Amino acid sequence: MADLRHCARLSAPGVALFMLGCNRGILDPVGPVAVAEKQILINSTAIMLAIIIPTMIATVAFAWWFRRGNTRATYRPDWEYSGAIEMVVWAIPALTILLLGGITWIGSHDLEPSKPLQSANAPINVEVVSLDWKWLFIYPDQGVATVNQLVVPTGTPVSFRLTSATVWNSFFVPQMGTMIYTMPRMTTRLNLQADRQGTFEGLSSHFSGAGFPGMQFKVQSLPPDQFAMWAQGARGQGVTLDGRTYAELAKPSSYVKPITYGGVQPGLFEAIVADRVQQAGAPHAAPPAQPETPEG
Amino acid sequence: MFGKLTWDAIPFHEPIPLITSIVVLLAIVGLVAWVWRNGWWPYLWNEYVTSTDHKRIGVMYIVLALLMLVRGFADAIMMRAQQSLAIGASQGYLPPEHYNQLFSAHGTIMIFFVAMPFVIGFMNFVVPLQLGVRDVAFPTLNNVSFWLSASGALLINLSLFIGEFARTGWLAFPPLSEKAFSPGVGVDYYLVALQISGVGTVLTGVNFVTTILKTRAPGMSYLRMPVFCWTALASNLLIIAAFPVLTVVLAELMLDRYLGFHFFTNDGGGNSMLYMNLIWVWGHPEVYILVLPAFGIFSEVAATFSGKPLFGYRSMVFATMAICIISFCVWLHHFFTMGAGANINAVFGIASMIIGIPTGVKIYNWLFTMYGGRVRFTVPIYYLIGFMLTFVVGGLTGVLLAIPPVDFVVHNSLFLVAHFHHVIIGGVVFALMAGYTYWFPKAFGFTLDERLGKAIFWCWFIGFHLAFMPLYVLGFWGATRRMQHIPDPTWAPWLNVAFVGAAIIGLGIVLTVVQLLYSIKTRDQRRDITGDPWDGRTLEWLTLSPPPHYNFAVLPDVHGEEAYWTRKQTAIKEDKLIEEPNYQPIEMPINTPTGVIVAFFASICGFAVIWYIWWLAIVGLIGAFAIFVWYAWRDEHEHIIPVKEVRANARERRRIRMEHLHTLSQST
Repeated sequence: MADLRHCARLSAPGVALFMLGCNRGILDPVGPVAVAEKQILINSTAIMLAIIIPTMIATVAFAWWFRRGNTRATYRPDWEYSGAIEMVVWAIPALTILLLGGITWIGSHDLEPSKPLQSANAPINVEVVSLDWKWLFIYPDQGVATVNQLVVPTGTPVSFRLTSATVWNSFFVPQMGTMIYTMPRMTTRLNLQADRQGTFEGLSSHFSGAGFPGMQFKVQSLPPDQFAMWAQGARGQGVTLDGRTYAELAKPSSYVKPITYGGVQPGLFEAIVADRVQQAGAPHAAPPAQPETPEG
Repeated sequence: MFGKLTWDAIPFHEPIPLITSIVVLLAIVGLVAWVWRNGWWPYLWNEYVTSTDHKRIGVMYIVLALLMLVRGFADAIMMRAQQSLAIGASQGYLPPEHYNQLFSAHGTIMIFFVAMPFVIGFMNFVVPLQLGVRDVAFPTLNNVSFWLSASGALLINLSLFIGEFARTGWLAFPPLSEKAFSPGVGVDYYLVALQISGVGTVLTGVNFVTTILKTRAPGMSYLRMPVFCWTALASNLLIIAAFPVLTVVLAELMLDRYLGFHFFTNDGGGNSMLYMNLIWVWGHPEVYILVLPAFGIFSEVAATFSGKPLFGYRSMVFATMAICIISFCVWLHHFFTMGAGANINAVFGIASMIIGIPTGVKIYNWLFTMYGGRVRFTVPIYYLIGFMLTFVVGGLTGVLLAIPPVDFVVHNSLFLVAHFHHVIIGGVVFALMAGYTYWFPKAFGFTLDERLGKAIFWCWFIGFHLAFMPLYVLGFWGATRRMQHIPDPTWAPWLNVAFVGAAIIGLGIVLTVVQLLYSIKTRDQRRDITGDPWDGRTLEWLTLSPPPHYNFAVLPDVHGEEAYWTRKQTAIKEDKLIEEPNYQPIEMPINTPTGVIVAFFASICGFAVIWYIWWLAIVGLIGAFAIFVWYAWRDEHEHIIPVKEVRANARERRRIRMEHLHTLSQST
């Protein structure tokens, strides 16, 4: 119920459409990034509706009042210009865009995906690799890795580095906000945070071939102590993700059930970015990957 | 001998393409037999296939567009059906490899072979008439352009029967479209078809820019050109600037695929971000190539059916040219989620929004064109009002997508799909249907049935909203595009509503065929004798319906912004036409089979390249080149229409116009 009230407060009056689905997706944000993005979405929509609704009413009203059969309407067959009206019709969209342009400038800088989030808690690092057709999440600090299941501590910023082992994909957890492309031989950066415990849906939002619809994954947001327990418990258990197991994993497959790896060969992410994963043993002193990061 | 082509390329084991192939083949054979039996071949060959008449070429473009609309729609309804069925445990009736071809073909066909030929068809038919001239600057080239577009359309459709189409989406992003990930012929079909039709489109651009800049009736200064001509100018300038970029980027991908280059590959120093940039440097202006002429059509419709000049003509012209220029500075908004950085995203976001300003001005100008008018609620006005109500909402969602932090959560989602259908259907398709109704009597001498026309409008209007409004909601829920399988069963109700919407649009398309057949059948009751069925304002309504090959017996003298309207009002007031001019014999370009033969060889060459049949590719190339040489050496360029014929026709025309003016003056 608290969520619903929260939702109602955010929705500007007249934005009834959003209420329809207010309990899910990007309309049910669970972290600071998603909350801010939803706010910008609603504010901008409200600003534009203030202009658009009167325009729509005027369209119907003018057309109907000036219909040919209406003898009460004045016919002005030569009226084709009015400086005053021209000024107003240029000014209305210009002022609207000025306002929205301000929102855009500020919003783009505040919510730049590569910008670290402000928080008292130290961020955890996750390296994300999109494969044909599943997601690999490497926790370099914890020394574990998962497939199609991202576990994050609640209330803690997560700093992502992302790449793709094959074609482009886009990493997206609608309730956490901002999506970002994963691109082969390149890395992108993303910072997100979940402030609510629970399980959220994640997906690839850039078409990547036959198994694309099976690239769904789950995000589990656990309290920090439980997250630590999870990482400790996973470490050393089961298979280690090294060159050989990675090669096995990289084979095309779809709708893959979550996997947890109890260990990760150091430098695996960089090796994937450089396209130099060695099948047997460690990558021999992987040359410093030179990812062509768009952010420089 | 036959490269990669074997019997395996024929889909014997896939019932859907197989049955479609057989039905289409039978339909073609039946049509050919029917035309043959009625002895219509010479007429079709002389009056259409080899014609250099811009009006005939325009009609052929629109016929091509309508045929391809049926194909593109078939893809659409199959996709909607799949998404309504393949939910939760069910995988639906289409496996991924088929579904992925469907959405790729749908996008490619709808943009390149429906919207483009439809728009170019109107530019062909209308621009020379509105400028008061007899043809475009390069009539033979015009015929070649058309047949090259048709050749591209042929190859795309051939992929259904022989081989496969791309499974990459309509822009074939690498590395997915590279050989490593798409080894089949699908992407090659895509590349070759677009390269061939792209040549046709660039030639059209050159032709129309030259026509508009260089051949206008005496007195038709730039600021007296109808707004449709202005939008056509802007659109063709964009074609000239943008299509070569498409050609280059597709050529680079071809080099990657055919010769092992590394422009966009993952290895060898390739960079797929380059493709993304280049394709959208073409792709965004492409949107305005389509929508600017649509705005032009609505400007003509608004003025004519409001019985008033267009409000703020100069403002409209300025807004058009502003959009033309700014549209080149916004392409990056198609990939804000690439992580280019805050400054870049913000600058491109704001540039994109700025396009909203001139577009908004246009909406208000149409609004004030109706203000103080006598609005006749004809079919085109239905589309105008439907467009104004729909397009502003599409504009709203477009501006939302231009705000990077909002785009970060709706990019690539069904929200995006809903947005671009909002502007393309609500903007471009509505305009094309309005223009189709508006100019049909000019092309064929009789009007289309009004009642069915309104029914078609309601099908499009209601069908569109039912089909795409649910997608906005699903987009907010995190639904992304191009999903062969739907993971979340709670999306089903919305997807089903969308399916119903698509079915209603389908009903509209069926009714369009019914309307055409019914109108042909009852054409004697709806003849346009006057040449001016809508009480028009621009020069195309000065001449007969359909116009003679040479359009005007004498090029009209233009005084003022609304050339025909001014002339008509003076004639009504003075109760006489302008003095009979001194008629001269008229030189007109002769027919030529150059275009259709070039396209024949281009199709052969294209097909051979797709299947690696190199000897045949060389044959095609040489054939296409040889026909150009043959054409360049021709002796005869033009035929003369004798002054007697011109005079007789013109006198008859004057008599009809005089009668028409009398009825007009009595009715006011």
